[in-house]
Amino acid sequence: MKMSGAHVVLECLRQEGVKHIFGFPGGVLLPFYDALYDCQDIEHILVRHEQGAAHMADGYARATGKVGVCLATSGPGATNLVTGITNAYMDSIPMVAITGQVRTAVIGKDAFQEADITGITMPITKHNYLVKNPEDLARVISEAFHIARTGRPGPVLIDIPFDVNKQIIEWDPSTYPKKVDIPSYRPNIRGHEMQIRKAAQVIAEAERPVLYVGGGAISANAQKEVTELAERCNILVTTTLLGKGAIDETHKLSMGMLGMHGTAYANHAVNNCDLLIAVGARFDDRVTGKVDKFAPDAKVIHIDIDPAEIGKVRFADVPIVGDVKLVLKELLKHVQPRPWSEWNDQIMEWKKLFPLIYPKDGKLYVEYIIDQIGEATNWNLIMATDVGQHQMWAAQYFKCRKPHHWISSGGLGTMGFGLPAAIGAKVACPESTVVCISGDGSFQMCTQELMTASVYELPVISIICNNHSLGMVRQWQDLFYKQRFSQTSLEASPDFVKLAEAYGCVGIRVEKPEEVRPAIEAALKVRKKPVVIECIIPTEENVYPMIPAGESVSEMKQRTDLEELKASLNTDSEAWSFSEEDKVLSEYVEEAESVQTP
Amino acid sequence: MAIGNLMMTQLEHHHVLTALVENHPGVLARMAGLFARRGYNIESLTVSVTEDPAISRMTIVVAGDSMVLEQITKQLNKLIEVIRVVDYAELPSVQRELALIKVNAEPRDRSEIMQIVEIFRGRIIDMGERTFIIEVTGGSEKLDKIRELLNPYGIKEMVRTGIIAMARGPRTA
Repeated sequence: MKMSGAHVVLECLRQEGVKHIFGFPGGVLLPFYDALYDCQDIEHILVRHEQGAAHMADGYARATGKVGVCLATSGPGATNLVTGITNAYMDSIPMVAITGQVRTAVIGKDAFQEADITGITMPITKHNYLVKNPEDLARVISEAFHIARTGRPGPVLIDIPFDVNKQIIEWDPSTYPKKVDIPSYRPNIRGHEMQIRKAAQVIAEAERPVLYVGGGAISANAQKEVTELAERCNILVTTTLLGKGAIDETHKLSMGMLGMHGTAYANHAVNNCDLLIAVGARFDDRVTGKVDKFAPDAKVIHIDIDPAEIGKVRFADVPIVGDVKLVLKELLKHVQPRPWSEWNDQIMEWKKLFPLIYPKDGKLYVEYIIDQIGEATNWNLIMATDVGQHQMWAAQYFKCRKPHHWISSGGLGTMGFGLPAAIGAKVACPESTVVCISGDGSFQMCTQELMTASVYELPVISIICNNHSLGMVRQWQDLFYKQRFSQTSLEASPDFVKLAEAYGCVGIRVEKPEEVRPAIEAALKVRKKPVVIECIIPTEENVYPMIPAGESVSEMKQRTDLEELKASLNTDSEAWSFSEEDKVLSEYVEEAESVQTP
Repeated sequence: MAIGNLMMTQLEHHHVLTALVENHPGVLARMAGLFARRGYNIESLTVSVTEDPAISRMTIVVAGDSMVLEQITKQLNKLIEVIRVVDYAELPSVQRELALIKVNAEPRDRSEIMQIVEIFRGRIIDMGERTFIIEVTGGSEKLDKIRELLNPYGIKEMVRTGIIAMARGPRTA
């Protein structure tokens, strides 16, 4: 068959099962967009800025586990993808980014809109390609998808010059490689059997074990195995920011998130454990704080598909390189049931001593907003976030019940990620409720994508938690820089309701707690328009608990009004559902205690 | 990244790594970029094709303790085009380097210089009115030593290839 390079690319994407591409055209992509004009099987989402395209592909991938695809033209188009690609790289998200490049004949001659994007993206991609010959397109695309989705997933960039897209070649689509084998790339997915047996033994011997689960468990789709291990051995589970959803967070064995803004009980548990079972997690500095004082008495079992993560930050007593799901399945063949322990009681005690709690004083708090969203949807929604205080509150209070329901920029901490990521998730899962939690700072970094959501009639709900400041930086200035609030005030902000309306969205403003629920209920009923809910929240609120950067659990800062709030729990039963939770818990403990060690 | 700065003092914790890589354009840039951004210090790096023209062989001398070495090896292995990494600290091997040294050679010094070259089994491959170019191969210490001995005559220019290494016996990389 005779066809252009661009047609070859589209056919390859079709064979990879790609249904959506997020992109923006440009000069060198004209042959590609011309071929796309006739393409029935792939929907192209026209974004308003290439950064949005990359984040949408990222959100799409996080919501589905499939490879997200974005597309940009040469030069500025390609460089605008850079933040989004880095974001995907830091969080190990499978993505294929396709960029146009100037004609092969003028590469290296500073041609119009030329940028060395393979050079630029070398440190931020798992791999990248410059295709100089159209005959190589099919091989390169099949390799790119294979590399992006296997092993430790990550973004792969393919740079295609104008003439390579335009040239007509003879190609038979049935020759597209069904299976890819790259001799120099064969990730080890099955854990070493000896090490797995050893892990089972170490678990059996441990007195105070804790499961520490990261994004690797989400990529490996290992929720079932994580939960089964936790239940069988009665081990409480804490997840990283990216590991949210690796266990249903309404489960009694879930301790929520650990780390800098993690729950106090998760951090105390990790600090005092004698065995830390790290599953698809990488001992990030936002988790460990001071490495020497992180889980100081613990042996470590470290399960990860990337051998380079093992021993990078913390020595692993039992290193296991392999796919988290496969390793856990194998491990489950060897571990014996363990009864509910005194150690677990101790953690439950910490949970009572240091609950996640916020005041009910008539002011509007993000914690309350998240609770209300959860109640309105029975916690069955995809929540995307931007970066900052609202992100941490959302991470603390959103009870993520399923993998792929939590979409947040972890490693790179990219403000502006939330809205486009939510749009990508909504494109991938049109039946799911998708809510983006954002702040007034973050939201203004990719606001233009409201137009994309509007045009494609995507009812994504954006909640802008407007504290009229760059809250997280302000918090650090408040705590560590003597309240010298340098350049963190966003007192002058746009009228977000009018802004939403200007983009063809529904805009709602909420200023009091009692207005939150009706606004959410109203937003959930909107079928064909994006909704923006601006919530005016206090400027002075800080996120607690907090372990300052580079410190350990002993330096953890709690709310100053923690004891007062706990006292009010006992008198005001409506204020907090803790007592009810406690009852269910006691039932669980009874059940768990009946498990006898063999 | 200091390439080619093979002083004795820095050799104390040096490791010789060999990486077999796909002979693709850009692969050297990927390796060099990796070393730079992860903060590893390359002392020397040599690249050439192997008996298989599709595969290149890079020999890298790096400084660092065993933890650093383990990370370097693992990070190198993560590069898609890297086929295999071997650390020669763990196996018996031969290691060689070649140096070209342009040294002042006044008529009164010539015979002395020629004696030194002979002792080191080097060769004089260019002779000018006032200079020699000396070629010498061997381990890094040997090359350091001859440099030291030639220094008093005035070394005008020196170039070294960096170490290449091969395992002894039937074992291959």
